[in-house]
Amino acid sequence: MSQVNRISGGQIDRSQEFKFTFNGKEMRGHPGDTLASALLANAQRLVGRSFKYHRPRGIFTAGSEEPNALVELRSGAHLEPNTRATVTELFDGLHAKSQNHRGSLDYDLMAVTDLLSPFLSAGFYYKTFMWPRAFWEKLYEPIIRKSAGLGSLSMREDPDIYDKGYLHCDLLVIGAGPTGLMAALTAGRAGARVILADEDFTLGGRLNSETLEVGGMPGAGWAKEALVELAAMDNVRLMSRTTVYGAYDHGVYGALERCTDHLASSGGKPRQILWRVTSKRAVLAAGATERPIAFGNNDRPGVMLAGSVRSYANRYGVTPGQKVAVFTNNDDGWRTAADLVAKGVHVPAIIDVRDAPAVCDVPGARHIRKAGVVDTVGRKGLKSITLTDGQMIPLDCLAVSGGWNPNVHLTCHQRGRPEWRDEISAFVPGRDLPPGMAVAGAANGAMTLAAALAEGQTVANAQIEALGYKPGKADLPRAEDEPRDCVPYWHVRESTKRGWLDLQNDVTVKDVKQSHREGFRSVEHLKRYTTLGMATDQGKTANIPALAIMAECTGKTIPETGTTIFRPPYTPVPIGALGGRSRGRDFRPYRLTPSHNWAKENGATFVEVGNWLRAQWFARPGEKGWRDSVDREVLATRKSVGICDVTTLGKIDVQGRDAAAFLNKVYANGFAKLAVGRVRYGLMLREDGIAYDDGTTARMSENHFVMTTTTANAVLVFRRLEFARQCLWPDMDVHLISTTDGWAQFAVAGPNARNLLRKVVDEAHDLSNEAFPFMACGEVTVCNGTPARLFRISFSGELAYEVAVPARYGNAMMDVLIEAGREFDACPYGTEALGVMRIEKGHAAGNELNGQTTAHNLGMGRMVSQTKECIGNVLSQRPEMLLEDAVKLVGLRPVDRDRGLIAGSHFINKGDAATMDNDQGWMSSVAYSPSLGHSVGLGFIKRGDARMGEILRAVSPVHGTEMEVEIVSAHFIDPEGERLRA
Amino acid sequence: MIINHPLLGPRDAAEFVYLGDAALIERPDWQASDAAEAFHEYGYLRDNPAGKHAELWYHEQGDRSWLVVTRDTVTHEITSVEMARDVARARGRSK
Repeated sequence: MSQVNRISGGQIDRSQEFKFTFNGKEMRGHPGDTLASALLANAQRLVGRSFKYHRPRGIFTAGSEEPNALVELRSGAHLEPNTRATVTELFDGLHAKSQNHRGSLDYDLMAVTDLLSPFLSAGFYYKTFMWPRAFWEKLYEPIIRKSAGLGSLSMREDPDIYDKGYLHCDLLVIGAGPTGLMAALTAGRAGARVILADEDFTLGGRLNSETLEVGGMPGAGWAKEALVELAAMDNVRLMSRTTVYGAYDHGVYGALERCTDHLASSGGKPRQILWRVTSKRAVLAAGATERPIAFGNNDRPGVMLAGSVRSYANRYGVTPGQKVAVFTNNDDGWRTAADLVAKGVHVPAIIDVRDAPAVCDVPGARHIRKAGVVDTVGRKGLKSITLTDGQMIPLDCLAVSGGWNPNVHLTCHQRGRPEWRDEISAFVPGRDLPPGMAVAGAANGAMTLAAALAEGQTVANAQIEALGYKPGKADLPRAEDEPRDCVPYWHVRESTKRGWLDLQNDVTVKDVKQSHREGFRSVEHLKRYTTLGMATDQGKTANIPALAIMAECTGKTIPETGTTIFRPPYTPVPIGALGGRSRGRDFRPYRLTPSHNWAKENGATFVEVGNWLRAQWFARPGEKGWRDSVDREVLATRKSVGICDVTTLGKIDVQGRDAAAFLNKVYANGFAKLAVGRVRYGLMLREDGIAYDDGTTARMSENHFVMTTTTANAVLVFRRLEFARQCLWPDMDVHLISTTDGWAQFAVAGPNARNLLRKVVDEAHDLSNEAFPFMACGEVTVCNGTPARLFRISFSGELAYEVAVPARYGNAMMDVLIEAGREFDACPYGTEALGVMRIEKGHAAGNELNGQTTAHNLGMGRMVSQTKECIGNVLSQRPEMLLEDAVKLVGLRPVDRDRGLIAGSHFINKGDAATMDNDQGWMSSVAYSPSLGHSVGLGFIKRGDARMGEILRAVSPVHGTEMEVEIVSAHFIDPEGERLRA
Repeated sequence: MIINHPLLGPRDAAEFVYLGDAALIERPDWQASDAAEAFHEYGYLRDNPAGKHAELWYHEQGDRSWLVVTRDTVTHEITSVEMARDVARARGRSK
């Protein structure tokens, strides 16, 4: 038994057969099928269970609005839950599984929840699980999570590749139905750059599902000819399988292209591409979505939308049933009956709620007027329906049409509000469209084929004319204005059984009425109280009927009751597509130091510092942990000489006649009088007086300075300097270039630093202490003529230099320094040793300049000049920022030298309780000092500078520890600075 | 969003960094008698209009120009884009 529901015709390739499985059962279909059409062809009516009541459900629609037929596709790490069978292209070897049931699909153990439905109505969770509060986490939530919900995740990393791309066009046409094709043809012929995108794999929209003629030929045939013409135009890009999911500012649209979802394997190609389309103009030709009518037990497998039944018959050569009745409030439903009968399917009855003559002749079908369906029979598949007059009609499929809603979604993405149009009983786009967008065809309420084609042409012409193109001559293919009369009719009042509105969230007519009774009457409240319109389909078939019933309850009109507007995305976008290539190691760009390769070859462990990867330490054989390496690096540096790549510090070249005056404005301390060939420490403040960044700036010549910033703030300081230069002092003659990447810079520190550099720097340059003292700088050459810059600055507290060479020499320079240092046992060191040495020396770093501390706190209050204009000096003088008992930066050591200090500890005076009221300050940085043999720390303590020798408690409630600490000078090493001046 | 850079033409907003109210150009005189109050206002008080708003954008992934972009905060419509330096000069910030 296979494909018993296949009928003649359709756009499937019957010469080829695909094998696929559903819940392990092997079935067959053809190229051109969707999973849904193939399941229907194989008479698989039951495809899933509902969200809340676990009711048996079947395929309801033939498009992306599908609320029921969600399946798990593929297997292993490729598994994707909640895939709509109605838009899944069939391929050979496809495996699909139904979801949301325990046990088999046929015998779902959770189906018992349906019996409990009287207790599970709207607001159930809000009312029931109010208390006790503790039960939420342990009891209610696990149960709810287990019983409700949609598909399950593979819990493995997504093995597919996703890409991102950028496109530009004059006119973006969204939707390739009759309107979109006509719009694209019009604009394309006029020479505009056009992108035509449609979510379907076959372009043509409803033309593929209808038997209507265009230009004297079948509509689908006309669509194919139009596509051939468009494909031949260089200025037109056709994008099938591409959903335009969002309308963003200034003509930017988001689109998702499914590149390999229709293949058994992606073959290493991107699975999907997220496009950012920048358009000058857009035509929304998104068509319309049919809506159901609610009646008792209208959710059974076999109850479907009429237009979808027609799609299956005309496009896929499948009838969803052998005996199909139609229930309609409009003329369009009749065409389903006519098309089915033309294909030899038995249509026993057309039930029309209207008291009107037959719309067309449908042989064999009874026309039942002024009637409705009140109930259905058939738990796992429809068997019969009962009408308002009590008669029962045996059948296996009911095609329901409640009218069509224009797809206004994208018109709402920038706060646009749709407007009600009585003659089609539906919302149409309002006037406040996203700028550049125009709407045409059924999306605009032009519900007949002839009107849609005409509007596609008119609107496209208007759009391209505004861009300066000459509009095309009227060359409109002939088509009919098919009958589209429709009366507002939302649910069968005579029905006493539950009638479903939102199939995906199990929201019934009763729930909406209850929501009204309990005071949740605005559309927004209705949605949240009942969960109407949530989840993957976003209520595409449910929202308007539910709104109509709320209007009925309130006695107002539908537009008075309100409308829901829509946000992006139109249909779900996988997180993988939004992430694109930014995954794992490629999550963000990273930067390598010039000596990265050297460090890698020499056993470095790396640490991320901003975007940089820096050597953290260099482990040597036999070292048991990082501390062994770091201690060795510190001791070796202090004993002889160490070398560290410090390229990551920001470097900014400041040049111009006003360079010195400019620096005077951006630094809190003075720079105007800095001598050529000298370096000065500089402190920058924020405008509010808080310390911002620090570094050294060297005066290379009269009008040329080289500034350094912290690694973390390199980009921010540069941005700020540009702001100062362009916005605050626009006429200063000063120019900035970031040279962070241009120069590789190495710290050479330790008693033998000069001896080492003497071997590297060319002889012409005098490095003696007299000629090149502490804080000297200059341009030199190294290694026989390579240009370099030399700065005698020290972060470690040792005799130290920083030598910079053009970045391309960086790795070689590291080799040269290490080689030259061999006789001194020169030791490369990483960021950890760098950190230990700066704490030992009492230098503030990021932990101290944390955005809360002032120059006053840092003990640098006197540096802030009040005799010049500079950023931050005015507000730095606010009384609260200069309090006498403000915290001050000090050094700390544990009274019990064997204990390790803990960063983040707070200080409490001895004898006081450890409360916030008694807080004396906090420990900002700690390290084990191998030079001293015990733990050392930096911290901020109220009046700390006046409390040397005092003992306090350092309390860390986070770690549950406390210890006694002694306040000492922050300069643990060489407090007089003799080493760095040696 | 697309920002129509006066020198470079239309550029994607992703190339820019946003700072905020263009009133930040009008930095007070540090020597004025009410300098503390003026800087307090400059540093902390901002208008937050629903509508036209002149704001500072920095073309960091481009030519490093600071721009004054007049943007409607409700619709995101951009009605003018100027070089911030020109605006600063026009507001009397020349030496």
